[in-house]
Amino acid sequence: MSLKRKDLLSLAPLSVDEIKLILETADSFKEVTGREIKKVPALRGRTVVNLFFEPSTRTRTSFELAAKRLSADVINFSPSSSSVVKGETLLDTARNIEAMQADIIVLRHPSAGAAETLARGVKSSVINAGDGWHEHPTQALLDLYTIRQRGMGFEGLQVAIVGDVSHSRVARSNIHALTKLGAEVRVVGPPTMMPWGVGKLGAKVYYDMDEGLRGVNVIMMLRLQLERQGRALFPTIREYARLYGLTAERVRLADSGAIVMHPGPINRGVEIAPDVADSLSSVILDQVANGVAVRMGILYLMSGAN
Amino acid sequence: MSILIKGGRVIDPGRFVGMGDVLIEQDTIAAVGPNLSAPAGSLTIQANGQLVLPGFVDLHVHFREPGFEYKETIQSGSAAAVAGGFTTVCCMPNTNPVNDNQAVTEFMLERARLAGLANVLPIGAITKGSEGKELAEIGDLRWSGCVAISDDGKPVMNSLVMRRAMEYALAFDLTVIDHCEDLHLAEGGCMNEGLVSTELGLPGIPAAAEDVMVARNLSLSELTGARLHLAHISTAGSVRMVREAKARGIRVTAEACPHHFTLTEDLVRGYNTHAKMNPPLRTGDDVRAIKDGLRDGTIDVIATDHAPHATQEKQQDFTEAPFGIVGLETAFSLTLALVEEGVLSLEQAIQKLTSAPAAAFGLKKGTLAVGADADVVIVDQNEQWEVDPSKFRSKSRNTPFAGWKVKGRVNKTIVGGRVVFESDGAER
Repeated sequence: MSLKRKDLLSLAPLSVDEIKLILETADSFKEVTGREIKKVPALRGRTVVNLFFEPSTRTRTSFELAAKRLSADVINFSPSSSSVVKGETLLDTARNIEAMQADIIVLRHPSAGAAETLARGVKSSVINAGDGWHEHPTQALLDLYTIRQRGMGFEGLQVAIVGDVSHSRVARSNIHALTKLGAEVRVVGPPTMMPWGVGKLGAKVYYDMDEGLRGVNVIMMLRLQLERQGRALFPTIREYARLYGLTAERVRLADSGAIVMHPGPINRGVEIAPDVADSLSSVILDQVANGVAVRMGILYLMSGAN
Repeated sequence: MSILIKGGRVIDPGRFVGMGDVLIEQDTIAAVGPNLSAPAGSLTIQANGQLVLPGFVDLHVHFREPGFEYKETIQSGSAAAVAGGFTTVCCMPNTNPVNDNQAVTEFMLERARLAGLANVLPIGAITKGSEGKELAEIGDLRWSGCVAISDDGKPVMNSLVMRRAMEYALAFDLTVIDHCEDLHLAEGGCMNEGLVSTELGLPGIPAAAEDVMVARNLSLSELTGARLHLAHISTAGSVRMVREAKARGIRVTAEACPHHFTLTEDLVRGYNTHAKMNPPLRTGDDVRAIKDGLRDGTIDVIATDHAPHATQEKQQDFTEAPFGIVGLETAFSLTLALVEEGVLSLEQAIQKLTSAPAAAFGLKKGTLAVGADADVVIVDQNEQWEVDPSKFRSKSRNTPFAGWKVKGRVNKTIVGGRVVFESDGAER
């Protein structure tokens, strides 16, 4: 079975069955990553291009590792915004890459919609590895995988997403996917960090973190972009940490078996206290490990390989 | 040379509506009435079944010359204008260099004269370089031919500077135009702020960014007594405030663009850069408010905000692509759609394209009165056509209306007593 899509741009249009297929496919690759020789020939002879217009270590490395473990040829292309000649459009860059017979282009771009624009213009499959504030579908899929790995079902699951939801592609992808799967999603943060009408996406809004965490099964922290201080979203990091930082006391407000997630990289002592990040309830490193297996599954499904 | 336009239905808003002939002698309207006879040697144009109208007046175009001739020139823009029935167009000053001095104004007028198609009337900048700091030489601009002043897409944020500009413009009875946008509220935005921007993850421009500046400008107009014209209003809030201000006697006129009464923010889905303009496409409620405003006269004028951009610029990703669409060659049909829909009477619609815009800037245009400039357009109200951007006279193709089937075709355009456009394709 394979995904009947050329591209993976967003989780909003995916069906529950498609999401489940990706998670199940990841299971079999999870097994591969546990072997001594972590490599299968599924994508031998295929070319995967990581086209990253934004600095990213973990997502790019994760995709690179996933592609290599599938025996694909991998090229990393990271045009810094200054070296992309002004006037060369994203499409021109991508067509050049396509001309080198890339089968799959993994795109990270600072602008929302870049992946969709690209996908319309090239024949290669496009995987969105994060576009502006829009979506980061593979991150949400690995988050789902990690939740599922902990033996939690999605139906009725209570998930709190905490932080700057407005500027978060991770939050958007997770809201779409989790609500589709029947989870109840809360978004927690100051009103300055809530996008217009987020409630209409199916999430419940909490400005008070303690209230927002009460009884939840999953606490999903978002990275605070420190440079947003002074842009009127929050007054000081100190106050933000006090109001929306995850401490051990706050974790105790959640369900006793609750897990703590974070897409990384974490700001220790800002949105998450060091002892929480390193605690037993933290699955942050599991997320990283699962990322490779989930991305192997996605690359495999997108390649249409058998 | 005389031209007799015979057998058409004449609509000269507020003056005459009915079957009649129009006689042009040299460059002026000589007579309008039934059964006029053609003087010897005159050209007779049969207009049976067609509408004979004053040439349209567009208060808001960007012809990009000087500085951005790859997008449009005064020549290509004028050709697009007359193809769309517009005989008079007012050019925004956001050229490079900015039209903030006599030399640029005179250059534009000279280019327009060489093009010899439409009446191209420059709008001068309010401040030097449109930087919002020091007033431009507004008197000089006036005397060299500017018909209004505006800093266009770089609205004057400093309210004191705006107050002084309004006061100073009073000396020349010059209309002050503002593109109402609080640049702080709008910062980084590229579409309307709302559910669609939330879903697409695009930075939004709230309706309030327009509303607060409309409110400020109305207050300043009340304070100074200046003649204020609000460019392309797009929000229900703007319509409400302008309605209230007019009732209180503030000297304000307002324009709306066809895209703002035809399209909503939903068109942005798919990151369609042809749905990216400033002000952005708003919600269905805003569109309804704009239509109400047009109907009850709160909004006086339909203007295009014709904003050509090269194909490669619009092919960039959504946040990078420039704001704006071309509008001159689709505006008339989209306006007629309001008549079909029952929003406006035909005469009202024509008025908003002719006499109302002329009045807003005090131009002696937009009428078929005897003695007026012979700017006339002959249209077939019922002819259907499909919008095909490759056939545009404009240099640019950036329209969201490609493939639309619309009604209302411009057949002939006459400027200053000369036929400058015929729908068989020939510009003379």
